[in-house]
Amino acid sequence: MARIIVVTSGKGGVGKTTTSAAIAMGLAKKGFKTAVIDFDVGLRNLDLILGCERRVVYDFVNVINGEATLNQALIKDKRCNQLYILPASQTRDKDALTKEGVGKILEELSKTFKYIVCDSPAGIERGANLAMYFADDAFVVTNPEVASVRDSDRMLGILSSKSKRAENNDDPIKEYLLLSRYNPKRVKLGEMLSVEDVQDILSLHLLGVIPESKAVLSASNSGTPIILNEESNAGQAYLDIVERYLGEDKPHRFIDEDKKGLFGRLFRS
Amino acid sequence: MSTDPKATSSNSPAFEFKSSVITVPVLNLFSADINVISLQLREKIKQAPEFFKNSPLLIDLQGVHEQELNLPLLVDAIRNAGILPIGIRGGTQDQKQVAKDLLLPIMSAQSRTTSANLQTNTKETKLAAPPPTPTEKNEPAVIENTIIDQPIRSGQRIYVKGDLTITAQVSPGAEIMAEGNIHVYGTLRGRALAGVQGDESACIFCSDLQAELVSIAGNYRISEDIEESVRNTPVQIYLNKQALLIKNI
Repeated sequence: MARIIVVTSGKGGVGKTTTSAAIAMGLAKKGFKTAVIDFDVGLRNLDLILGCERRVVYDFVNVINGEATLNQALIKDKRCNQLYILPASQTRDKDALTKEGVGKILEELSKTFKYIVCDSPAGIERGANLAMYFADDAFVVTNPEVASVRDSDRMLGILSSKSKRAENNDDPIKEYLLLSRYNPKRVKLGEMLSVEDVQDILSLHLLGVIPESKAVLSASNSGTPIILNEESNAGQAYLDIVERYLGEDKPHRFIDEDKKGLFGRLFRS
Repeated sequence: MSTDPKATSSNSPAFEFKSSVITVPVLNLFSADINVISLQLREKIKQAPEFFKNSPLLIDLQGVHEQELNLPLLVDAIRNAGILPIGIRGGTQDQKQVAKDLLLPIMSAQSRTTSANLQTNTKETKLAAPPPTPTEKNEPAVIENTIIDQPIRSGQRIYVKGDLTITAQVSPGAEIMAEGNIHVYGTLRGRALAGVQGDESACIFCSDLQAELVSIAGNYRISEDIEESVRNTPVQIYLNKQALLIKNI
């Protein structure tokens, strides 16, 4: 039986797709067969971040409509043979997704995969609701700013009331906080909310802090999930997150300002 | 010089528009079979005939999108059962058109989000606090208390009869309402409205006041009007001769 993870936030542009790609790759590299699904129908991006945009033939909506089989639509990653991508359709909109269709696909994937990562679109409409509906775990990606925190809070309310688990009165979805684009220097200057501030408002288990890093943008543009860049802080942060999620006890990093000397800085992005 | 608006009677307003929030029963349909609905409706009404008599009712069609529903027949069936439908929500375009022809207002499905939240949120507490059946009206009133140990998130609404106790925080953008007292053993950042049916003896207690709005029996104070001295402190909020008072505890 697979574990279904939704990567969600409410607000757009906080790093959901970057996180989905990194987490999925991380789990796959740990040897777990992992599928990552792009729920952002109409605004397909995950294929770009994972560098497989040239190999998309069929998509999520094709499979829902029975125009292609799941195996035809799944794209196997070239770097890690445990990772498969189910891209979104770019020519349709979110109304093409149905609860039954999504449920059927997830059920079929559950038979052979260990983890299914659902990359949620922004907002709290159909696409986002379907991405989280079947989830077992939720990674709530939040930036250290008030609007993002409030939207995450709203999303948490929806997770706890409108998911399949909530409707069936099962154990609730396990919710984890991922604080991305964190910059300790700006926190110190009072320009950015601190980890404590965000946790105080959201009272949520912190899975990891991802530092603001230039490496993320270049990783996105080159189609390489940031987790494969083990030199970068952000890549290491995602690796920590995957290991913490899998039950390893790792101390949090990147919360305080880097105290490395010039030499260290030169060799870290 | 400004003119006195009260000078001529034709200038004095004959009415005013106000917005008001009311609680209305909602019929969430899971089946489009009129006979089945009609039968089960009558069964339900039998349990509390006084409560349902001439009661307004909102029909929610969200659950029967995929099905063929004869709306005029449904409305007839509901009226025959002695209940007055006051509108629909969450219907398809076709259903909305039919509703229009029947002169039934169409409510935005937006409010469904909040009410769905409310429903599921209160679901876990239903055992502790079953809704009062009006047949018990003449028996001594049972005080119904609700305890919630989960954070109340932005956008969620909780409404309880009796007292409401929350042993977690209430986020900004959340709204908690009780006909009795409200206790929040955590930070209160959202809106809290106690004594919403007019009980002026109701109080709000919280262990850290950062609320957007607090209200007792309709007397409210917004965040801006809350003094610095009581902010971020444990307080009791109560009513004294229509004046809303906040004191440290």
